[in-house]
Amino acid sequence: MKITLTVNATDYPLDVEPRRILADVLREDCRLTGTHLGCEHGVCGACTVLVDGEAVRSCLMLAVQCDGRSVRTVEGLAGADGGPHPLQRAFSAEHALQCGFCTPGFLMLAAGALDADPDLAEHPERVDSLVGSNLCRCTGYAPIRRAILRAAEEQQRLDLQA
Amino acid sequence: MKPPVFDYVAPRSVRETVDALGDPGRTAAVIAGGQSLLLEMHLWRRRPDLVVDVNRVAGLDGLGVDGGSLRVGALVRHAAFEAPQAVPGPLGTLFQQAVTNIAHPPIRARGTLVGSLAWAHPASEWCAVALALDADLTLRDSDGARQVPARDYFQGPHRTARRPRELITSVRFPLLSDDTGVAFIEHRRTHFCFATVAVSATLTVRDGVITGSRIGLVNASDRPVRALAAEQSLLGAEIADDLYHRAGRAAAEQDAAPVAEPFADPGYKRQAVAVLVGRALRRAAADQRSRAAGRTEGLR
Ligand SMILES: Cc1cc2nc3c(=O)[nH]c(=O)nc-3n(C[C@H](O)[C@H](O)[C@H](O)COP(=O)(O)OP(=O)(O)OC[C@H]3O[C@@H](n4cnc5c(N)ncnc54)[C@H](O)[C@@H]3O)c2cc1C
Ligand code: FES
Ligand code: FES
Repeated sequence: MKITLTVNATDYPLDVEPRRILADVLREDCRLTGTHLGCEHGVCGACTVLVDGEAVRSCLMLAVQCDGRSVRTVEGLAGADGGPHPLQRAFSAEHALQCGFCTPGFLMLAAGALDADPDLAEHPERVDSLVGSNLCRCTGYAPIRRAILRAAEEQQRLDLQA
Repeated sequence: MKPPVFDYVAPRSVRETVDALGDPGRTAAVIAGGQSLLLEMHLWRRRPDLVVDVNRVAGLDGLGVDGGSLRVGALVRHAAFEAPQAVPGPLGTLFQQAVTNIAHPPIRARGTLVGSLAWAHPASEWCAVALALDADLTLRDSDGARQVPARDYFQGPHRTARRPRELITSVRFPLLSDDTGVAFIEHRRTHFCFATVAVSATLTVRDGVITGSRIGLVNASDRPVRALAAEQSLLGAEIADDLYHRAGRAAAEQDAAPVAEPFADPGYKRQAVAVLVGRALRRAAADQRSRAAGRTEGLR
């Protein structure tokens, strides 16, 4: 089936079988291997990407379902100047990754929440429930939680200045 | 594993959808949120020849009140019910308490309430709420529509009154009156697990007397359960704390028919039902009191 995926603002005209999940098409056809696959059951969250701004499991969506939609992956986080996204800086500052396998999923989960919820910094309980969406087997959740709050606070400061 | 080969269509209207589902030569499956179907397809437990994607069908995403009921369209996602204003009155509180137990935010952003009713997992929160509240489903095929009340709809694990060529277009829940208190309580092993047992409870009180109660049990049988014996034990009684304990025992001994699962044998589940029903009713009674106090406050 012929589809067009808009990934990180670039159009990818593709010919894909309906049986292929979004994660595989991103990795194999778009060659964007930042999106990881852990369980393919919707459980681990390693495959989390944004579809039309909303964090979803790319193992539980067919690529053909995303025809004409806009997808954002971890490769699309960096700013126009190529510098890291505030979330990426916060993850580094808080030591929120070790092996890094889960990191793209957590980053996109948090990126979706930061865009949708400008008051995230004032609601640590929302960050808790967010962080509970994905699995991390080595770092643990406390540093990831701190990193997301740190980025949320930075965003709030920038919003206040603007 | 990856899903086996299938054809895919994304119709724009209900008409096109039911025509596709009615194709006699093929095994068709509706995909709504895909949060259960795709998992089953990954595991090759479901192998449809045709997947009919309803996500682009106009008019299925409606959520609104008309008459005394709430109408939930087939594309209303779980996440819609997280907002306190989504549904008016006590029903909204009950939905909000129930929905946060379903998976986690990215799954709730895609999965649908109607999809949960279609899937009919014995541990589904929505199925027990729908059964306890006497929800009414609208099913449509190419010959027309029919209504099926929840009490006739659930027939076993993943078994329902829906015929393979039918699309569930919406479900209606009766709104709850202001003299009703609600509670939803769930017990599960970890944040990621489905419910071991959960309870949805409503309690209507007039002049200190219980005039109505609706109790739904999640994962207390091979299908959702309405705890009629527990409800009966409450009707007409004056509000008192020991009632809730007795109702819990009735639910556990007469209403529940638990199925053994790893980490939860039937005896354990019965005990959990007894405790959670008692707790949910106590909380529903407190909710009813605070609503009544709020109303008096409002009148001053
Ligand atoms: C990690 C994880 C955790 C989860 N935890 C929970 C949980 O705690 N509690 C819970 O209840 N659920 C849980 N779920 C399941 C989730 O709630 C699903 O969203 C839900 O069961 C099905 O809704 P859906 O819209 O995704 O349906 P789909 O997956 O699209 O469809 C499910 C089935 O219903 C049929 N169907 C769907 N819509 C219709 C319709 N309108 N008409 C006719 N047939 C239809 C499909 O053909 C299919 O057979 C979890 C899922 C995952 C991946
Ligand atoms: S790979 Fe998608 S949730 Fe684990
Ligand atoms: S950093 Fe290794 S799994 Fe999270």
